[in-house]
Amino acid sequence: MSVGKNEPRRDGPAKLTGRALYLDDVAIPGCWHGVTVRSTVPHGKIKSISYDPSFPWDECVVVTAKDIPGKNLVALIEADQPLLADGIVRHREEAIVLIAHADRATAYEAAKRVKIEYEALPPVFDMEKSEKIFKSFLISRGDLDAGFAAADVVVTGEYRTPSQEQAYIENNAIAAYEEDGVLIVTGSLQCPYYVLKAMKQIFNRGEDKIRVIQTVTGGGFGGKEEYPSMLAGHAALLALKAGRPVKIVYDRHEDMAATTKRHPAVVRHRTGLTKDGKLLAQDIEVVMDGGAYATLSAVVLSRGTLHAAGVYECPNVRVKSKVVMTHTPPNGAFRGFGAPQTLFAVELHWEKIADALKIDSLTLRQRNIFKLGSTTATGQHLLESVGAEECLQKTVKNSKYAAKRKEYDRWNKNPKNPTWKGIGLSVCHHGAGFTGSGEVYLASRAGIALTKTGELIVLAASTEIGQGTNTMFAQVASDALGVPASWFSVETPDTHKVPDSGPTVASRTCMIVGGLVSRATKDLKRAFEAEHGRVPRTTAELKKAAAALCQGAPARRFEVQYEKPPDVTWDDATYRGDAYGVYSYAAIVVDLEIDKLTYEVRVRKVTTAQDIGKAINPLLAEGQVIGGSTQGLGWALLEEPIFKDGVMINATFTNYVIPTSLDTPPFEVILVEKPYSRGPFGAKGVGELPMDIPGPAVAAAVKHATGRLIPTLPQTPERISRALQ
Amino acid sequence: MKLTVNGKKKSFKGAPFKRLIDALREDFALTGTKEGCGEGECGACTVLLDGEPVNSCLIPVCQAAGRKVETIESMGAPEKLSKLQAGFLACGGAQCGICTPGMLMTAHAHLKGGGKCDDASVRTALAGNLCRCTGYQDIVKSVVAAAKGKK
Repeated sequence: MSVGKNEPRRDGPAKLTGRALYLDDVAIPGCWHGVTVRSTVPHGKIKSISYDPSFPWDECVVVTAKDIPGKNLVALIEADQPLLADGIVRHREEAIVLIAHADRATAYEAAKRVKIEYEALPPVFDMEKSEKIFKSFLISRGDLDAGFAAADVVVTGEYRTPSQEQAYIENNAIAAYEEDGVLIVTGSLQCPYYVLKAMKQIFNRGEDKIRVIQTVTGGGFGGKEEYPSMLAGHAALLALKAGRPVKIVYDRHEDMAATTKRHPAVVRHRTGLTKDGKLLAQDIEVVMDGGAYATLSAVVLSRGTLHAAGVYECPNVRVKSKVVMTHTPPNGAFRGFGAPQTLFAVELHWEKIADALKIDSLTLRQRNIFKLGSTTATGQHLLESVGAEECLQKTVKNSKYAAKRKEYDRWNKNPKNPTWKGIGLSVCHHGAGFTGSGEVYLASRAGIALTKTGELIVLAASTEIGQGTNTMFAQVASDALGVPASWFSVETPDTHKVPDSGPTVASRTCMIVGGLVSRATKDLKRAFEAEHGRVPRTTAELKKAAAALCQGAPARRFEVQYEKPPDVTWDDATYRGDAYGVYSYAAIVVDLEIDKLTYEVRVRKVTTAQDIGKAINPLLAEGQVIGGSTQGLGWALLEEPIFKDGVMINATFTNYVIPTSLDTPPFEVILVEKPYSRGPFGAKGVGELPMDIPGPAVAAAVKHATGRLIPTLPQTPERISRALQ
Repeated sequence: MKLTVNGKKKSFKGAPFKRLIDALREDFALTGTKEGCGEGECGACTVLLDGEPVNSCLIPVCQAAGRKVETIESMGAPEKLSKLQAGFLACGGAQCGICTPGMLMTAHAHLKGGGKCDDASVRTALAGNLCRCTGYQDIVKSVVAAAKGKK
């Protein structure tokens, strides 16, 4: 058995020795360097583009919108985002002109010699003043007015969260070239088939004439979900015009300033409760800033909306949400995908309710938390794998939450102490897989190939981006067939080799695609049993059986497609039903200390329990939990993209600060395993869950320490100082 | 200009102010050294110059003239990892792997220089190397485990 064991990660040895080839490490003979000329105004008409006549332009290839053979479009959900701005720009850093040159420095020099004149148009930067709505949702349950009429107390609150940069350490990088009439696009990306979909429209080519291949990818966190489609289009336009390979490798500043980030959000709560703290009515309003184009905003908002009421049963709920256009670079996918924003509000709101009712927020949560059989705001009945209470109970116990609250209350009363201490708590759920009918539309496929020489190869488009996909797939296949994991290799995501198993997003790779791999492997197992008499027990027997099963063909593929469980129902029109097949759950306690002189916050300890159904590889799962929680702590305390005139002005690691080893506390991680009957070996999702709730737990701890509830992230010394004045 | 790279004498004929990282990657085909920010903040490009960890994106190659440069390629091979690399593999010290070469070089210099292998000392030693994946705990564990394994 391999599932449940800490198999060493398969990509480890290559990465640990510097042998792993990220895009910029790949030697591509004759490859030129591509650079991008970007808009310097947030909104305006392009009056003219001129090229400095003193520059040797004949050495370069220059591309503008008129060079696009097909549609000037980055195809995703809405057909609104051009690949290159044509006539009008709608945000700063929008790509207008592309240049390629044999020498990287000369390419950058050429970009400086392009002059673009604009006729300025008025920009909108304030999401609450925007009149253009990309998408809105409404969830309602019960009778909101009746709920408020019956309430003993009504508590209101407004919560704001900032944007956040994914800050993968490998910047976006893609190369393109044509080989035997096939356009090859290769690089750092999460979703090969998203890139393929976009490329088909840009180049008017069929799937046989475009091939997308992932290279080793240095982190994604959502930041390489949709943006690589844009970059791939740019690199390919240059490569086709130049008639040679071209790569575009962003530098840190360009990557931060121009590419997608987390949606800033404002969330308002009006909550009615009995005097004992039982929820009667939740009225929630969500506004998110989508930036200049729709990209993935509709689905980010959907997930945010579906998590807005939190992990609590309430008979009367209304969630009204919208995502709007502003003249800033488009916001997009980032781990958590809208849920961290709305969960920040609902979780921190408990601290406000606790003050109003004089009941502590732990007790309030315990009185309302989802249990087996609870019903969500969309009317989904939670019939299995509900670990919310267990996560809460274990986190509270292991962190000594109750005792520390009292201890810190005493500490904080003594004015001679140099610090304030605080401990804060949060709980959440996170839907695994695509929302609602999303998995049905995706209709993902994955499989196993058996070659005639006895190789076993997992086939999926799901990308290894550091989270351990390839190791996990081999472990799942190993147990499904009952042979060692070392018998399996995992195919490189390459659209000419692997089926479309959907994007590597939404905490779906293990639960959904791992489930497909498990099913496909079981088909292989049945074939072994039927045609060879049994599953091979040695590699020698495997070779013999493989030759028999392949019947002279080079390989035999066992592919399966996602099938909707018959009892899962969802109505997109009313937003009622089973929003997700299942939810993962988490609770976190943050223990921190604030310097009374500098207001610096030092996180001393994080304790978290996470119900992920089954840890296929506990070490990798814990790595997701600690890493995701650290990104959450960064968002809570340090990270804030500062926008001026529609552009991020702190777009470097010098002034956009992510946590270092000294900013990061010790973590105690408790993996809770409430198995999900439809996940492979009981597994649910783990990727995004840890990002969801460090924010509100930090804010609750800051409130415990200082007595002030600060409803905004990040809780920087400056913000704490202002709150205490 | 002459310099020693991973124990081998090399000569470099390009521009003296070319960044050391570019010389390593482009002239010597040592692509294990990664660029994360190009401004000395992330540490992904860390190499050792006469045994001391430096950001190779901030150093002109001429500053390495006559000196010893060590890169990740000087450590163990995939089939024969060093103790430190093996520690990272066993303890979850690498995820996406892009910060890993720099992280390993810094940790290697810390241990080789006789640095303490308790949690706090290792965290301080690694504070100039950003990792976005792991939250550092498993990296620190990896270094501590490797150091203890040596003793």
